[in-house]
Amino acid sequence: MVELSHDSRPIIGRGPPLGATFLTLALASVALMVADKRYNQLEQVREWLSAAAYPVQAAVDLPFRAWDWVTDSFADRSRLREENLELTARLRLANLQLQRFAALEDENRRLRDMRENSAGVADRVLVASIMNVDLDPFRHRVLVDKGARDGVFKGQAVLDAEGIFGQVSQVHAETAEVILISDAEHAIPVQSNRSGLRTIAVGTGDSDRLSLPFVTVESDLKAGDLLISTGIGGVFPRGYPVAEVTRVDRTAAATFALVDARPTARLDRNREVLLVWFTPPVAPLEPAADATGATAAAPAAAEPVAAAPPAAEPAAQPAAEQPR
Amino acid sequence: MRPTNFTRRILYWLSVAMGLVLAIVPLPEWLSPVRPDLALLAVIYWILTSPRIAGLGYAWLAGLFLDVLHGMTLGQHALGFVLVAFLTHRAQLRMRMFPILHQAGAVMVLLAVYHFVIFWTDGLTGHGYTGWNRWLPVLSGALLWPLIVAAGDTLTRRSR
Repeated sequence: MVELSHDSRPIIGRGPPLGATFLTLALASVALMVADKRYNQLEQVREWLSAAAYPVQAAVDLPFRAWDWVTDSFADRSRLREENLELTARLRLANLQLQRFAALEDENRRLRDMRENSAGVADRVLVASIMNVDLDPFRHRVLVDKGARDGVFKGQAVLDAEGIFGQVSQVHAETAEVILISDAEHAIPVQSNRSGLRTIAVGTGDSDRLSLPFVTVESDLKAGDLLISTGIGGVFPRGYPVAEVTRVDRTAAATFALVDARPTARLDRNREVLLVWFTPPVAPLEPAADATGATAAAPAAAEPVAAAPPAAEPAAQPAAEQPR
Repeated sequence: MRPTNFTRRILYWLSVAMGLVLAIVPLPEWLSPVRPDLALLAVIYWILTSPRIAGLGYAWLAGLFLDVLHGMTLGQHALGFVLVAFLTHRAQLRMRMFPILHQAGAVMVLLAVYHFVIFWTDGLTGHGYTGWNRWLPVLSGALLWPLIVAAGDTLTRRSR
């Protein structure tokens, strides 16, 4: 039992010395990191590995989903009735608004067509639910249960019922990782609905707060302004609510005002989100056989491919026309 | 291959896999930053109790799988895992002799090294979260160590 060396593995068949193994593996890790981050060379490897990870994630997700299903199926009658009443009331209101908007939308489309610019209006959506899987607690990412098989592509816009939620950052076969607009690495071009002022909203790592760092002191923005997406950059469809300005701090001495906004999408509570395809200005290209779209760095270029209707599988059937 | 080694190998794999699964089980938001690194604790435990079975390669693979599960840059956790496994291998003859609280302190140092590696590589790859609460798993892991040892010892004694 007594051994003088710190290496207590068997002497015969011990393999390479510990230090050498360590160095090799450490160098391999560093090489992986560089290849992944700097050169984006590992999309394929990551795809295989995440195929291995999917069963684990699905297994973790399953009990929570089952519990939701059970509570849903055995919901008592009074709660259902209450929910039903509330939904009916909301539907009536929404229909009323819709009637008003239908005419406006037609007019808007006509005007835009005149300028040959009807791009950027969401026309197909796919409902995805967020998996009950925790990723890194300090990054605002979630995993949704739709992936390359459903035609999801990297850089795709993700919405919820209240506004813009985020965009797809990684696509796997069955799942996709979504980066929320509140992630500290995310920025989205926005426009004030009231004054038309254009700026950029960046995430802060706090799901209740976006920050607008590039608003000059004299620009026309005040608390309560609704910020909508501009469609610049081609990732997000135009005209969807992003956030509401909560605070504008102007110091006379500074160049930029301190502006905070609260996202309208329910970033921390939602379980269902919408993946959006929107019409490219030109006719869709041929249905590309590779539904990954993961390598397309420029989302604007990827959209015509992913939006081609023949590529859509039966899973995309529930996709509804998005009323706008 | 003696059968005891074989069962231990299986136990080792199962416990690390369990740790990996528990790394993505959803926790309430306030509890989520405190989540201890159970997979890493399992690796440390098995290196201390059966260093001939728990080599560096296994630790590296576990770390790589954690990277995939968390959607991080590939290699971040792998580097942390292999570094901690190496340090544990170097120190295991001494660490095995430590009383349990002393051992928990040593584990805390190892966890701190691991989280420093993650913090550092996070900074290099551009996700610099610098809040104090990212170090909480170091503390929770060290506090959990006596329990891990107790659970592991019960398991291995039965399988002996």
